Amino acid sequence: MQTLKTLGLAALLAASSGLVHAQDLRIGLQEDPDVLDPDQSRTFVGRIVYASLCDKLVDITPQLEIIPMLATGWEWNADGTELTMTLRDGVVFHDGEPFNAEAVAYNLNRSKNFELSRRKSEVSSVESWEVVDDTTIKISLAAPDATLIAQFADRAGMMLSPKAAEEAGEEFGLNPVCAGPFTFKERIQQDRIVLEKFADYYRADEINFDSVTFLPIPDTTVRLANLRAGDLDMLERLAATDVPSVMSDDGLTMEKATSLGYQGITVNVGNGDRANTPIGTDSRVRRALSLAIDRAALNQVVFEGAFAAGNQPYPPDSPWFNTAFPVPERDVEAAKALLADAGFADGVDVEVQVANNPVQTQVMQVVQAMAAEAGINISLTAKEFATLLSDQSAGDYMASQIGWSGRVDPDGNIHQFMTTGGGINDSKYSNPEVDTLLNEARLSNDTADRKEKYDAALAILQEDSPIVYLYHQVWIWALDNNVLGFVPYPDGMIRLHGVSMTE
Amino acid sequence: MLAFIGRRILIAIPTVILISIFVFTLQHLLPGDPILVMAGEERDPAVIEALREKYRMNDPIPVQYLAWAGAALQGDLGISLRTQQPVLELIGGKLPVTIQLAVMALIIAILIGIPAGVLSAYRKGTWIDWLANIVALSGLSVPNFWLGIMLILLVSVKLGWLPASGYMPLSEDPMQSIKVMLMPAFVLGTAIAATLMRHTRSAMLSVLKSDYVRTARAKGLRERVVLVKHALRNALVPVVTVITLLFGELLAGAVLTEQIFTIPGFGKLVVDAVFNRDYAVVQGIVLCTGIAFIAMNILADAAYRVLNPRMSDQ
Repeated sequence: MQTLKTLGLAALLAASSGLVHAQDLRIGLQEDPDVLDPDQSRTFVGRIVYASLCDKLVDITPQLEIIPMLATGWEWNADGTELTMTLRDGVVFHDGEPFNAEAVAYNLNRSKNFELSRRKSEVSSVESWEVVDDTTIKISLAAPDATLIAQFADRAGMMLSPKAAEEAGEEFGLNPVCAGPFTFKERIQQDRIVLEKFADYYRADEINFDSVTFLPIPDTTVRLANLRAGDLDMLERLAATDVPSVMSDDGLTMEKATSLGYQGITVNVGNGDRANTPIGTDSRVRRALSLAIDRAALNQVVFEGAFAAGNQPYPPDSPWFNTAFPVPERDVEAAKALLADAGFADGVDVEVQVANNPVQTQVMQVVQAMAAEAGINISLTAKEFATLLSDQSAGDYMASQIGWSGRVDPDGNIHQFMTTGGGINDSKYSNPEVDTLLNEARLSNDTADRKEKYDAALAILQEDSPIVYLYHQVWIWALDNNVLGFVPYPDGMIRLHGVSMTE
Repeated sequence: MLAFIGRRILIAIPTVILISIFVFTLQHLLPGDPILVMAGEERDPAVIEALREKYRMNDPIPVQYLAWAGAALQGDLGISLRTQQPVLELIGGKLPVTIQLAVMALIIAILIGIPAGVLSAYRKGTWIDWLANIVALSGLSVPNFWLGIMLILLVSVKLGWLPASGYMPLSEDPMQSIKVMLMPAFVLGTAIAATLMRHTRSAMLSVLKSDYVRTARAKGLRERVVLVKHALRNALVPVVTVITLLFGELLAGAVLTEQIFTIPGFGKLVVDAVFNRDYAVVQGIVLCTGIAFIAMNILADAAYRVLNPRMSDQ
């Protein structure tokens, strides 16, 4: 009997050792991506998969400069209404179809006019386009749009094979065909997405894996356990609380990049009846709340100090951060004075809705404790995310803890939130001066000029505070020591060019 | 027997219809707008309107239900709002996974629960009985998610014996498939084993006191034959009922177990679908689960008749 047991165990072990393939990279994702159609998809993890599947017209550097990808160069006309892009020659899609100006035109049209496209607002400034020759396309805009190039560095710039997209229509996502380093092999919902190396990729020499497998494992503990057990080679979004344990593990490496997004408390200042509250009508109460929060302590308590404290839509290390307003120290006395000034010397009640996950709840509990010391009595309403979102959009809230994943262009973090009638301006904040500044900043292609306008807008927003910014998430990747050459990017993507694995 | 099953199936039809109406209404009562979730972070109004139109969200709920039911009768359960895969295909892909998990868990539960129940009834009041009770109580009290994570840390991370999570289809690599599923099935099975043990024990206790067991012993039959052939067989009737009821518990437990071990089964599908307000998927899953549950009950009734032929006369 004992022999039998030993034999059985040996067989089990033998079966498991044969499973490891050196050329397959296994990446653990926090969620299961949604539909794999760049024009239809909306999830962050979906974009991580696209980084290996669908090349874009342009890409970014870790410093957020725009660099060539499928487009080798671009030029604006004098008044910024015409963009001429030169395209890479000799590129083919996964189905062998050629990539050319016609293909770009097809993709622009699909992003802009396809019934189910989620990219419409990103390319709304594009009015028409003209195929000049095989490798040149001229894009005409209704008005100058400095954000367009950055949009082409994301899903709006991903090129799908026109032939495949035409044939599949809205079902393109079931079998995506692009021009990236890997081709789509299979997807088992909630289990895995498998991509295979594309032999005809124009930068094939930079790709060192035969295949890459994305495995959605939502539980952070289990995801890390999989990495430790060798079932994964790397994972994204390591929990901040696991950082010390990964640091002390000789077999693992960690990489970090401050995200482009933010987390904060959005206050209802004009969205229906529920804006008629002390915190909704008086910016002094909002500033008092901001002053009552010790952002460094919040970061320390909830995130082991791994994230970045923040008070603006851009993280402090971003070139767009307004340095005239550094992340403030906590000042309870000043907060109390502001409250007294606003006529609430005896304190004020604020109801904040928060997503019912442990991390966001903990963030708000810490804020709640801090605010109480300044006389701001926060009551928390935990809501499941879909409910939180619809209540927020409908104006059925006083204040809401929510964030934004961030965009490469500074406009993406501020314009739609702070302009009158902005698509996601759920606080319904409206200030004509801010509107002018933000609209003008969009039109200019001159970085210094834009920076000046954003700085001016941020100065007003510090005063009005419709959103009390709290912190910026830091992307943390944990990798097996065998994985070499991974470069962290602030957009949180995993770019596999130049990444390799030792035996 | 066939007439009996046929009758039961006929009675089941209104139940299924009621379940589907109930779930359809209930889902729309849930706060939160699926289209808002689907529209993405930007929530472009043009996109939202196009999606509402496309998925008929502007129609009144009864109209939506009739449209769904009409299509469902023709075998079309709609498509997932999230990934656009047909719901039937999604469920078809997940069903074998959860069935494998449930069957393996049930086998583990039966292997542990029934012998433990028989033994503790037979040795009532001794240390064996106490030990079995304590183990059973622990099995019931330890939460699935805790046991799951502890097992992953011990068996996968520390010892490296079994994969921490994932799934391998039975058809592709049976050995690996069973290996991957072993831990989750154990976690799910232990909780059920405890309930099973308690029921087996009480059923056995009452049967062991009965006249025919005394007669069997008086006849001089060997104790094993008395226990297995005379006592256990009769004690199994209520136990089969419990197993049927436990099937529901298995499916519910599978939801949590599949989350922890990242098994792409039914449970994970339904949780993700509810959070994403993927109405068509939730509706399809509940319909299938309802039908499966009813089928299990019909099978259980049929099993009684096999175990105890006298029941056929009733």
